[in-house]
Amino acid sequence: MSFSVTEPNKGTKWFAGVLVVGYALVTIAPLLWIIATGFKSPADSIAYPPKVVFEPSMEGYVNLFTERTRATEDMLEAAGEPETWYEEIARDQGTVISGPSRYGERFLNSVVIGFGSTALCMILGTAAAYAFSRFRVPLKDDLLFFILSTRMMPPIAVAIPIFLMFRNLGLNDTHLGMILLYTGVNLSLSVWLLKGFIDEIPIEYEEAALIDGYTRFQAFYKVVLPQAATGIASTAIFCLIFAWNEYAFAVLLTSGTAQTAPPFIPTIIGVGGKDWPAVAAGATIFLVPVMVFTILLRKHLLRGITFGAVRK
Amino acid sequence: MMKNTPIEKIASATPDNVARHIRGLSDRSIAWIFVAPTIFLLLAINIFPLIWTVWLSFTNSRVNRPNRDVDWVGLRNYERILTDSDIWNTMQATAHFLIWTIVLQVLIGFMLAFLINKKFKGNDLWTTIIVFPMMLSPAVVGNFWTFLYQPQIGLFNYVIAFFTGADPASFSMIGDVHLAPWAIVIADTWMWTPFVMLICLAGLRSIPGSIYEAAECDRASKWRQFWTITVPMVLPFLMLAVLFRGIENFKMFDLVVQLTGGGPGNTTTLTSIDLKREAFEKWRTGYSSAYAVILFVTVFGLASIYVKALNKVKER
Repeated sequence: MSFSVTEPNKGTKWFAGVLVVGYALVTIAPLLWIIATGFKSPADSIAYPPKVVFEPSMEGYVNLFTERTRATEDMLEAAGEPETWYEEIARDQGTVISGPSRYGERFLNSVVIGFGSTALCMILGTAAAYAFSRFRVPLKDDLLFFILSTRMMPPIAVAIPIFLMFRNLGLNDTHLGMILLYTGVNLSLSVWLLKGFIDEIPIEYEEAALIDGYTRFQAFYKVVLPQAATGIASTAIFCLIFAWNEYAFAVLLTSGTAQTAPPFIPTIIGVGGKDWPAVAAGATIFLVPVMVFTILLRKHLLRGITFGAVRK
Repeated sequence: MMKNTPIEKIASATPDNVARHIRGLSDRSIAWIFVAPTIFLLLAINIFPLIWTVWLSFTNSRVNRPNRDVDWVGLRNYERILTDSDIWNTMQATAHFLIWTIVLQVLIGFMLAFLINKKFKGNDLWTTIIVFPMMLSPAVVGNFWTFLYQPQIGLFNYVIAFFTGADPASFSMIGDVHLAPWAIVIADTWMWTPFVMLICLAGLRSIPGSIYEAAECDRASKWRQFWTITVPMVLPFLMLAVLFRGIENFKMFDLVVQLTGGGPGNTTTLTSIDLKREAFEKWRTGYSSAYAVILFVTVFGLASIYVKALNKVKER
C-alpha cells in the first residue's frame, strides 16, 4: 500500500470505529426493544427491571390480529378444545376469539394507498421529468423553488381546504382520495429527483435512436427508461416510504374505510390498559419493510432526503 | 413487426391516420402531453388549497356549520392571532424545540460523519444501521417512545436510573412540565441526527485529498487543517442540513402529537399541534387559516433569508 497523508492511521481508525459502533448500538437499541417487546407476554413487557431475557410468546401478535371477548370458565369449557395455536393462546388468557381485528385491513390500506400513489407518481413523474429535462418548458427554473415552498407549508394548514375539497367531491375517507393526495404531495419531489437522473443520461443516445428512425415516444420508452431504471426505482422507494409513513393527512382525512396503519397503531388498546406487546407487534410489522427498503436504497439515500440538492 | 410489449400492441392497434398524427407530433406538443397531468395535479393538490386557505383567512367560516353564512371579516383574524398571548407561548415552545434539536443534531451528526470518514472497516454497514431511525414513521416511533419513557418500566428511565442512581419511578419524561420539552428534543434527535450526519458525510467526502496533502507539505498541524480546511468546506453542506431540519421541525406534528399530545399543559404544544386544535377540534376555520398563512409566511421569510446566506457561503 502506498503511503498517503490523507489515509488515517490504524489507531485513529480503531478509535473512530469504536465510537461509531457504540453510537450505532445505542441508536438501534430502541428499535430492537420494539421488536423484542412484540414477542413478550404482557406481564413481561411491563416487568421491572425491564427484561432482556424472556420467554418468547406470540400473545402480542395474536392480540394484534384478533378481537377477543373475556369468557367465564364455563364458557371456555363449553367452547371445547382450541382448534388452532392462536386460539390456544387466546384461551390461555381466559378469552375467546370473536373475530379478526382491524389491523389487517389498515395494513392493507397502507399497502394499497402506498403502492397506488407510488405507481401514479412514477408514471406522471417520469413523463414530466423527461419533458423538463429535454424540452424547453415554461416555469422550468422555478421548479425547485416551488418544491421547497410546497414543503414549507405545514400539512395541517393545507388539510383544511383539502378536507373541504374532498368533502365536495366525495373523496373523504376513500382510497382514491388518499392516492391522489399522496401523489400530489410527492409529485414535485419525484419530478425533481427524476429530472436529475435523466439529466445524467447523455442526450446523444436518444439522438442516435431518433436518427435510426425511432419516434420520440419510442426513444423515450426504449432508450431513456432503461437507462434511468435505477433512478426511477430509488425515487419510487422514496415515494413509497413517504406515503407509508404519512400521518397528519391520514389522521385528519380518514377515519374508517381508507385509514392507514400509522393513525391506527397508537389506538390499539388491550383489556385494562395499553397492550404494549400488541402495539409493538403492529409497529414491528409496519416498520420492518421500511428498514429493508432503506438497505436497498442506501446508495441514493442522500439524494432523496435532500430533494436532489446533494448528489454523491 | 414484433408485438411483445404493451406499447407496441397499442401502437399497432392505433388506426393509421391517428398513428400518423401522433408520430407527427412536434416536440412542443409532446412536452405538453408529458407535463400537463403533473401540472394539473400539482395545481389541484398544492396551489389551489393554498389560495383557498388565503381566502378563508379573511372570513369567519366554520366548516362544521355549513349552513351558516360566511362573512368577510377583513384582517380581524390576523389581528386576533397576533395579539393572542397563547400563540406566543406556542411560538416559544416551538423555538425551544427548534433550537435544541438543531444544535444537538448538528453537533452529534457532524462528529459522527467525521468519525465515519476515517474509513474504518465496516463503516458502510454501521452507517446504514445508524440511518434506520429517520426512515421510520414518526407517528409510530412517537407512540413507541411513550413506552420507553414510562416511569419505572420504561427502558429510557431504567437506563438513566442505572447511570445516575436515581429512582426510575421518580421522574416521568412526558408527564413533567420541565422534562416534557426535553423528551421531544431527545426523541427527535434520536430520529434525525443521521440526516445531518449523511449530509455532512457527503461534504467531507467532497473535499479532495490533495488539499490536505498540500497543507501537510506546508506543515500545517492537524488541528489547523481541521479549522481551515475541513470546517469551511463542510459548512455549506451543514447549512443545507440545518435548512431542511429547520423547515421540517417548524412544522413538526406527527412525532410530538403521538409522544406528548402537546402536554402536559401546553408545554409541548408546537405550532402545528395548536393549529390542528383550532382547525379540527374547535373548527375555527377562518381563524386557523389566518394562523396557517402567518406560519407559512414566517417559514418562507426565514428560509429565503437563510438561503441568501447559504449562497454567500457557497460563493466564498
